[in-house]
Amino acid sequence: MTTTRDDAVLGYDEALAQFDPVMGLEVHVELGTATKMFCGCATTFGAEPNTQVCPVCLGLPGALPVVNAKGVESAIRIGLALNCQIADWCRFARKNYFYPDMPKNFQTSQYDEPIAFDGYLDVEIPAESGEGTETYRVEIERAHMEEDTGKSLHVGGSTGRIQGAEFSLVDYNRAGIPLIEIVTKPLVGAGHRAPEVAKAYVSALRDLLRALDVSDVKMEQGSMRCDVNLSLRPKAGEDPTSDAQLAVPMGTRTETKNVNSLRSVEGAVRFEVCRHAAVLTSGGSILQETRHWHEDTGITTSGREKSDAEDYRYFPEPDLVPVAPDAAWVEELRATLPEPPAQRRKRLQGEWGYSDLEMRDVLNAGAVELIEETVAAGATPQAARKWWLGEPARRANTQATDLVTYADQVGLTPSQVAELESMVVAGRLNDKMARQVLEGVLDGEGGPTQVADARGLELVQDDSALEGAVEKVIADNPDIAEKIRGGKVQAAGALIGQVMKEMKGQADAGKAREMILAKLGAA
Amino acid sequence: MSDITRLSAADLASSLASGELTSLEVTQAHLDRTEAVDGAVHAYLHVAGESALSAAREIDGRRAKGESLHRLAGVPIAVKDVMTTTGMPTTCGSKMLQGWVPPYDATVVSRLKAAGLPILGKTNMDEFAMGSSTEHSAYGNTANPWDLDRIPGGSGGGSSAVVASFQAPLATGTDTGGSIRQPAAVTGSVGVKPTYGGVSRYGLVALASSLDQAGPCARTVMDTALLHEVMAGHDPMDSTSIDAPVPDVVAAAERADVAGMRIGVVRELTGEGFQPGVQTRFDEAVQHLVDAGAEVVEVSCPSFEYALAAYYLILPSEASSNLARFDAMRYGLRVGPDGVAAPSAEQVMAASRDAGFGDEVKRRIILGTYALSSGYYDAYYGSAQKVRRLIADDFAAAFGQADVLVSPTAPTTAFRFGEKTDDPMAMYRGDIATIPANLAGIPGMSLPSGLADEDGLPAGFQILAPAMADDRLYTVGAALEQRLLEKWGGPLLDRAPDLTTARQTEGA
Repeated sequence: MTTTRDDAVLGYDEALAQFDPVMGLEVHVELGTATKMFCGCATTFGAEPNTQVCPVCLGLPGALPVVNAKGVESAIRIGLALNCQIADWCRFARKNYFYPDMPKNFQTSQYDEPIAFDGYLDVEIPAESGEGTETYRVEIERAHMEEDTGKSLHVGGSTGRIQGAEFSLVDYNRAGIPLIEIVTKPLVGAGHRAPEVAKAYVSALRDLLRALDVSDVKMEQGSMRCDVNLSLRPKAGEDPTSDAQLAVPMGTRTETKNVNSLRSVEGAVRFEVCRHAAVLTSGGSILQETRHWHEDTGITTSGREKSDAEDYRYFPEPDLVPVAPDAAWVEELRATLPEPPAQRRKRLQGEWGYSDLEMRDVLNAGAVELIEETVAAGATPQAARKWWLGEPARRANTQATDLVTYADQVGLTPSQVAELESMVVAGRLNDKMARQVLEGVLDGEGGPTQVADARGLELVQDDSALEGAVEKVIADNPDIAEKIRGGKVQAAGALIGQVMKEMKGQADAGKAREMILAKLGAA
Repeated sequence: MSDITRLSAADLASSLASGELTSLEVTQAHLDRTEAVDGAVHAYLHVAGESALSAAREIDGRRAKGESLHRLAGVPIAVKDVMTTTGMPTTCGSKMLQGWVPPYDATVVSRLKAAGLPILGKTNMDEFAMGSSTEHSAYGNTANPWDLDRIPGGSGGGSSAVVASFQAPLATGTDTGGSIRQPAAVTGSVGVKPTYGGVSRYGLVALASSLDQAGPCARTVMDTALLHEVMAGHDPMDSTSIDAPVPDVVAAAERADVAGMRIGVVRELTGEGFQPGVQTRFDEAVQHLVDAGAEVVEVSCPSFEYALAAYYLILPSEASSNLARFDAMRYGLRVGPDGVAAPSAEQVMAASRDAGFGDEVKRRIILGTYALSSGYYDAYYGSAQKVRRLIADDFAAAFGQADVLVSPTAPTTAFRFGEKTDDPMAMYRGDIATIPANLAGIPGMSLPSGLADEDGLPAGFQILAPAMADDRLYTVGAALEQRLLEKWGGPLLDRAPDLTTARQTEGA
């Protein structure tokens, strides 16, 4: 790491020995509405530039906005899920500033009358003891509605920024896409765990928004973006939640923009803690400014200074009528809220009887919904977990995609997995055959039954053949047989393997075991 | 001069319906009139002869086939250049939008087209509707048909001048602080600002969103009613548009009966500061209404004292934001700064706005930017909104005592070009009687009350009604018009100079 004045850093532990970090997180979420916030244009991601535009979202003279009711509905549901109050009357406001990718040179947003305010989200981080989790309550200041800007592409120059570019291209497809901005109150008391708390919050928020089905929350596509505000204040003892610590005035903050992955949220907080600490311990003072996060190098660099605080000249948007959600409607929307993700995970783990480790694997694989549906289709939770986290998860991982997307691509459904398992339970397939069938399904050969039929995979149901094989194997292994007779039932495994070999795999191992034990009088 | 251009829209409609006239003849006659007089008047920024004639032919064809048509189908109209029109430029009287042809029609324009009114062209206006004289148009003044050295009012001076000079029987206007009513008053024509939200603002290049309202301009009360009916109605593209039936303004104009109505004279909008000849014609008009059976009451609206100050904070504030979009990035004028080889986007924006906007526009953008600034917002914009509330309360109280309120439309008759261009405050004070209606969102009409004795120029009579009671304007206006026509022995505009020889005879 270079040691220029700007990015000199102190070691994290050293920084935390002297300072207490305070964070504020602003998350912008693009809603997944079919149309834009104030016009009827489509919102499809990745369309040809400037094909999803009209006089309204291009800000042509004379054009007027009309509020997308679905956008308001999503905003209210998000507010409710974040335990917020919902305003019974609020207005949009114009945020005035000039920028080429903002067609009207004002952003239609909300100022002092947000649709939702005063909420919280409980997030879980692993307990320091290493066992279980501890909960950190993130207080939500507000959630408000606004519109996205267009997207600039600066061509020429080395940085991809407007400075030094030869020319810029603007795509207005994104202009007017509904955004919800969720702003936390200052996050205090996290102490040295601040980076983890920040990451856990954004992660929990993402899960919540996904469960609400209001956004595709793809950070890599920019449909969820995070700005990290951070300041340090002198430490007042070892407990970051002590009254003495909370009484220490907050320091000057920096705002790091566009921190667009969970890893980066954690990294940006950590980096700014270390950078602030270096500045402060060397007798300098923090400049209130916007900073840019560099995902590749893991550092932030200075953006524009904010000392000359921008004056956005907010005033109520006269082209729109106030939003006054009916109380009955708000209650109707409250009834549509999904179970909070953390609570749901806890409930499902209990219902499924998974260990903490098993549950964590399922969560990491993003398989909760798939397993839930597979169980609903008749499989046991253990079987559902086994099949999904086996070959499909392995192949998804190889292809660097997530399990849901992979299953979607190859057409593997929860009901097929349940069908596969039912064939095992019914004794038509053994475990090994079932794996082959699953591979066939993933290779696009059809459903489980179809694949089993086509590949001729079916357990031999004729007991006489199995009985002959069992008798042969017992005769070939008198020592083992004697042990089993003497009560060492676990020794049967060795015999079962040989029986299966005799049967060329086309036998039910369970039935072979029963038969061996019965013949040796150990059943 | 062709007789056709002297006919009212209602009479033209009857002649078209009966087959006495074709729309082609009517449209051609008005284009001929423009050819003859608009060199002197300069009411049009753009004349759309070909497309108007083609629309006229289409209507004649449909009528010949026996299709059922709108009553005004085939009657030509002029459109204020603040309304977007496909196939015709929309400049708002500004260099900033020189040559800009919008890709969409304003809702009002769509309604005109749907009703079959051929559009003759786009009328001149003060730049972005900021002004009371058309002297702030980037494309030159429009002259008052009564005296070519005088202003035709503003911002809609082009629309008032086309109807007053018989170049069109109808025109559209927009009224933010009097831009329909004051031009009507000084040209001896009729203009109506409907209830805020009564006519869609979609496609009206915004000056002040909370004040702007489009309305009809014509020579008779009935003609304004007929046009009002075409323009008005709910539009889902305008959130502030009222979702309720349009008051039956045509029936109200036909009724023309004020017997038993209470007419409130607003104390603060008469007397001192009003030109004697304007005041005299106003007092006589009130007497005509009394003679027709109305009762007169005096009402007081004490907060009107602050209306002008509030208006000149709210309007520039909203305008500063509305006009921010003119940044040379997507449409309109684009110039680079002098002596800069590779200018940044911000430098191009600044240079283009400097070159594209006129002084009055810059003045109001600066005023508004200041009024909205952090630390000043509460004192300026915030206080202005409180005044607005007080004015609405004054109106509410006054309408408890009277069915309509009346006043002179403007304190004076048409002033001479250049008389007030160096004194913006004097220009602003001319809006004193019209501004309160915009602040409160209520409807208002101006119709001629006669000629002022001292200068022989038209004076305007203003009628105000409660929100959504636009029909009352027409009942009272039509009743007064009837009595005045009897008194005058014909339309007031018959006394205006014959413009085909105007250049030789003017200059009293």
